[in-house]
Amino acid sequence: MSDSTPFTLFANGTSLPWADVPEWPVADLVRTTADELSRGARLCAWFGVPEGDGVSLVAIIAFDSDTTLATARSAPIKGSYPALTLLQPQAHLFEREVWEQHGLVPEGHPWLKPVRQTSGHAPANGKFFRVQGSEIHEVAVGPVHAGIIEPGHFRFQCNGEEVLHLEIALGYQHRGVEAALAGGPHRATISQIETAAGDTTIGHATAHATVMESLAGTEAPLRAQWLRAVALELERLANHVGDLGALANDVAFLPTSAACGKIRGDFLNLTALLCGNRFGRGLIRPGGCRHDLEPERARKLLSSLHSALADTEQAAGWFWAANSVRTRFEGVGTVRTEQAAEIGLVGLAARASGLVRDVRFDHPAGWHRFAQIPVSVWPDGDVLARARVRWLEVQRSGKFLEEQLAAAPEGDLLTNVGPLPGGTLAVALVEGWRGEVCHVAITDAAGHFRRYKMIDPSFHNWTGLALALRNQAISDFPICNKSFNLSYCGFDL
Amino acid sequence: MFVLDTIAHRLRRGCQTMAYPNGPAPALPDRHGGALRVDAAKCSAGCDDCVKVCPTHAIERPLGGPVALDLGKCIFCAACVEVCPTKAITQTNDHRMAVRRKEDLVLGKPGEEELRLAAELDAKLRGLFGRSLRLREVSAGGCNACEADVNVLGTIGWDLSRFGIQFVASPRHADGLLITGPVSQNMRLALEKTYAAVPPPKIVIAVGACAIAGGPFIGNPEICGGATSVVPVDLFIPGCPPHPVTILDGLLRLLGKLEAR
Repeated sequence: MSDSTPFTLFANGTSLPWADVPEWPVADLVRTTADELSRGARLCAWFGVPEGDGVSLVAIIAFDSDTTLATARSAPIKGSYPALTLLQPQAHLFEREVWEQHGLVPEGHPWLKPVRQTSGHAPANGKFFRVQGSEIHEVAVGPVHAGIIEPGHFRFQCNGEEVLHLEIALGYQHRGVEAALAGGPHRATISQIETAAGDTTIGHATAHATVMESLAGTEAPLRAQWLRAVALELERLANHVGDLGALANDVAFLPTSAACGKIRGDFLNLTALLCGNRFGRGLIRPGGCRHDLEPERARKLLSSLHSALADTEQAAGWFWAANSVRTRFEGVGTVRTEQAAEIGLVGLAARASGLVRDVRFDHPAGWHRFAQIPVSVWPDGDVLARARVRWLEVQRSGKFLEEQLAAAPEGDLLTNVGPLPGGTLAVALVEGWRGEVCHVAITDAAGHFRRYKMIDPSFHNWTGLALALRNQAISDFPICNKSFNLSYCGFDL
Repeated sequence: MFVLDTIAHRLRRGCQTMAYPNGPAPALPDRHGGALRVDAAKCSAGCDDCVKVCPTHAIERPLGGPVALDLGKCIFCAACVEVCPTKAITQTNDHRMAVRRKEDLVLGKPGEEELRLAAELDAKLRGLFGRSLRLREVSAGGCNACEADVNVLGTIGWDLSRFGIQFVASPRHADGLLITGPVSQNMRLALEKTYAAVPPPKIVIAVGACAIAGGPFIGNPEICGGATSVVPVDLFIPGCPPHPVTILDGLLRLLGKLEAR
């Protein structure tokens, strides 16, 4: 597919001169991007870069089956351009963001409203979509939610119990992450990356470190790459197990809920054994890793891993054996395969809708070039499928860790990352536990970040949750929401 | 059979709740380091290596003056500990970090090398909340790490409810707020309204570096710079995120349940 494209091709975790990114009139960029997406490519990023007194649009697309990424940009424009969303719905949030950040109007965009901008100490939510009818009522939930979770607003249009439409309004968590990264790397950059989505510290830090290393034309020592891959699966295990427990809790199946709550902590403690922090902060730095996993520590990790995995197997066993659980999950919150492809779902939500889509497999970089993990897919697209994919991945991650801990590469842990070259673009994709984490850095003439774009998997997937609620009972919202478990701060940045 | 199996499993697993605070506190991970200690007297003249590596500007050294480290701004990356040539900044491995006043987190001066642990609530509030404290959690720009480690206190290993502390789903049911995150501008209104909706007397607990001073996002115009910019705060618990045992220590300390520990 990719051999006939006019886009410039490159691989995950590599960089290219900004001058080598082809520049086309904006209408051509929109049309060509739409063509490639309809031929099976996927939109990883679509954002603006100020150029003179205009803005260039940049497209990063992925040809998953060819293990290649591709990029192109528009000539600087002002005012408006024909919306890509009309041709490819997966662009819809990207184009809202471009409009919000640069004032470029995507003409014909069906739902152009703010993503996260402020209006009087709250996000500028704009008008919500309303279903008309004397029987219709509206339910508003949030921003502050009932549990200990992040804030966001959900607006349901209901006919009785049935949800006809759900609109999700975010932005409450906006901390100015991207704006702070511009002009960097600064002292605080890595800490800001590590907390962009705090439960995906390893995923985002790995993507950032990879971008930095590829810009500088160096590579982290193999042992550091190995350690990052180990930490990435520990992060996945902790979150997946926590989610299985949370799903059990939401259908009042308390044995699994109680057990998984504790086991999640056991997995977090394994990351803490590595680096002192339960979320992996301070482990990954551009150039490598800051802490080693010495043989004695690795033995300890492996033995704790075995018991945590055995506990998980038991807790999950109760869960899958219970007909009452299956009945609550089956056929609820379904996102069909074609819908998932159309809106550009990533990660476990995509795989639970039958899409074979996993960066570790499709675009291996770092240690995943040498050690692969099978892609866990389930076809049904419902809550049960998203739970099943988590369970499959828990098993695959456990197996991977057991293999990797037995075969550690020797060598250094940290190499020096020199000054960054000017005028260069680098892209790194990492399969975080929710899905594709995408970082794009473009340097200015002095080698500073002219633009640093981060895309958390949640940016792609919130639309999936909205679709999953169509024609569902509103009482099924908690399990649908939990089955995606998306990041608010990762979206809001 | 299924019900019997489940009960049998539960019996076999036994009680998984830790003995703390009646037994020893769970040890911090060996690479965690715990609270910092600053002996400014050990600093060599003119050295400001720590100031330059601190990602959150938590360390200051005015010209000719002693070094001052604000543990409220600290994200515990230990870059200063690594770079200090005279070991003036060290890790204590102490998990206890909660304080009642922000200034109790500033380290360096003689007699103030370590943080000054929180005193308990006054007798009246202790009488009201000591055996039953209901908190409403507001994440205001939190990254989901502080939230996760507050959440973990509700699991069977920690079993927060044995102390009478619970998180509730409405501010109307709450005795106070537990705030995480730097308070984004976009959450300011929601936080103000939630605070107003809690009936007095009420307490506020700020958990994590962000909620105390802004954390890694300190100085960003998109945040308010911590909970105190919006509401009065009674307890500050530093960390990025604080370890669950640090959070639990803070809550119990505030309620006067740790006595001399």
